[in-house]
Amino acid sequence: MRTRPIPIGQIGDIVGYYLKKGGQSMKAVEVNHLFKSYSGKTAVNDLSFSVLPGEILGLIGPNGAGKSTTIKTILDFIKPESGDVTLFGDTLNDSSKNQLGYLPEERGLYRKLPAIDLIIYLASLKGMDRHSAEEKANALLEQTGMLSNKKMKIEEMSKGMGQMIQLIVTIIHDPTLIILDEPFSGLDPVNTDLLKKMLGNLRDRGKAVILSTHQMNEVEELCDRILMIHKGCAVLYGDLTEIKSRHRGHSVFIDVEGELGELPGVVDRRSYKDSVEFILDNVTTPQHVLGQLLNQGMIVKRFEVATPSLNEIFLKMVGDHDE
Amino acid sequence: MMNKTLLIFKHEFLHTIKRVGFIIMTLIVPLLALLGIGIGHLISTVTKPPVIEIKTMGYVDETGNFDHYTTRGFTKLVRFGTQHDATQALIKNDVSEYFVIPSHYMSTGMIHRYTLQKEIETPLFTKAVIKNFLTSNLLAGKVPPDIVNLVESPLNLKVTRLTKTGAVASEQSGIGNIIIPSVFAFLLALSLMFSSNYMLQGLGEEKESRLIEVLLSSVSVRQLLTGKVLGLGAAGLVQVLVWLISGPLLLNLAPSSLRGFISSIHIPPNFIVLGILYFVLGYLLFAVLSIGIGAISPNAREGQQLALIYTLFGFAPIWFLSLLLFFPTSPIWVVLTIFPITAPVQTMLRLGVMDIPAWQLIASIAVLGLSIIGGLLLVIKVFRVHLLMYGKRPSFGEIIHNLKIG
Repeated sequence: MRTRPIPIGQIGDIVGYYLKKGGQSMKAVEVNHLFKSYSGKTAVNDLSFSVLPGEILGLIGPNGAGKSTTIKTILDFIKPESGDVTLFGDTLNDSSKNQLGYLPEERGLYRKLPAIDLIIYLASLKGMDRHSAEEKANALLEQTGMLSNKKMKIEEMSKGMGQMIQLIVTIIHDPTLIILDEPFSGLDPVNTDLLKKMLGNLRDRGKAVILSTHQMNEVEELCDRILMIHKGCAVLYGDLTEIKSRHRGHSVFIDVEGELGELPGVVDRRSYKDSVEFILDNVTTPQHVLGQLLNQGMIVKRFEVATPSLNEIFLKMVGDHDE
Repeated sequence: MMNKTLLIFKHEFLHTIKRVGFIIMTLIVPLLALLGIGIGHLISTVTKPPVIEIKTMGYVDETGNFDHYTTRGFTKLVRFGTQHDATQALIKNDVSEYFVIPSHYMSTGMIHRYTLQKEIETPLFTKAVIKNFLTSNLLAGKVPPDIVNLVESPLNLKVTRLTKTGAVASEQSGIGNIIIPSVFAFLLALSLMFSSNYMLQGLGEEKESRLIEVLLSSVSVRQLLTGKVLGLGAAGLVQVLVWLISGPLLLNLAPSSLRGFISSIHIPPNFIVLGILYFVLGYLLFAVLSIGIGAISPNAREGQQLALIYTLFGFAPIWFLSLLLFFPTSPIWVVLTIFPITAPVQTMLRLGVMDIPAWQLIASIAVLGLSIIGGLLLVIKVFRVHLLMYGKRPSFGEIIHNLKIG
């Protein structure tokens, strides 16, 4: 897992969280050997993973991979045929529901209700009293620049405003576990940026976040760990940096002044507009290639060890799995 | 902190009573009554007393025995010598119609009637005039005139209902008894249909927008559905209370002539208590049924089509009201009183027609109550299983299969 400095002001939150849990690092979600099928067709097959406080887990996979089934099983909307799910060490109950924030993929709200009334109602269902809910709602509305629209009915709002209201509803009760299904879809760049900041902030405050999305760039930017599902099975699971490192190709991108000649250990080369990719044999390291270039007196303008994007890893894994 | 079921109850209750349809339905009954009273006042002040017209009928007597009692009440009988003369008088509108007493009348009893009007059946009034004329003339001279009058008079039957102890019952029978229960039953059926619609619309909106998923990430299916059912039931209670409270207030505004008629109407003593009870139970049952239909329907529109099945059942007792009046002791009414979907409306109607035995009321309320509770438990299961089946309605077999596997 990536490490980052924690703002002093948020240390209390995290310490408080762990103290509340009896001082132990309790997994926010633990899924064990989940199996679910619909009319004989397997939706999720022997899926196991966990989410820890203070991390964002990216749940990725193509359409129909089993992401929604997994989320809905965690939320106890559907029962698995086998396997089990625990939230904060227990099955989902009234108390743990209050620690849960969920943003579904397709979003809708009570169209006739004013935004503030809707937020307060849904917050009260999460165990908040009216006064705290109103106070927090006003703070979040202000943060999102929507405080002046708080009495506006949902049907009078733009799609983007409605989505921000839904996001406020998801986090207003300060949940410990947040499940977001395609949260960036339909958001404009300003709100996308705002959401990213909010998610980063939630993680820094010790919240566990499950982020289900198709947008690999968002996953790369935000997630600490990923779970890649294909045809109901986990094809990739673990720390994002470690996964990318594991899938690092055996090649380097080079741009030098002058002509690049033959180099020992290079088995192939591909030319691009502003660089050349050298494919190395199994024994040659990037450092060895760089050393040779410098020894030849080349002026190196760019030297980059090729790292595959998450999308490339995804396509490769899906391809391998299908074979 | 308020219980989550209570929170949903409060939200659903407020959401329902703020609906335009609900407000119209609640206010339309007192408003229509007010309109009727206004029209009554207007008619009584503007309208002049009607001028009574004497009806002139012709007749041809081929027997020569019928020439007395030609003026009776508002009818005048004019004798013609021949049928041709009578026909001419009819064409000229000197008479409204005429009849012929043929020469063989004393042996056959046959009378021929001639009219310019197109009619399915001879009007009862005309029949009575001809019959009384013939009877009076046949008895003339044979019995005293007061006996003739008595024979002509309609049956003057005064019925007194006694209790089992032989005392005069406080509630006497009469057609007036059925008026209030019938109106109430009709409004109840209408109201149940609307409430069912509200529930389906609300659920449809929540399902189609996936808001239901947000709600169920906060509360259990049981909490959500119980809150919804009770919220709708409370809205039904408000509606019936508005109607019941506005009734006596509106009566004070009614013109004296209408007040006299209304005061002759008897309301069964247990009607108000049972009316409220059945109204609320009916609301709860229809709410449960609507949730069941809403759970398996991909959208509100399809749900409303399916809901027609039980709303039509709910209305069935009103269709059979005339049969109930003619055959009040048929066992079919007992079945409809106990069958939960028809029970609220059927019981209201029967209360106006007859006394319902206590065991039938107890059985009816018990079955209705158990249906609501049992239905709610079943519907919670159906709802949970089919929650995520968007855009597709499961077959009956699939529902059973899914219920078995949970």
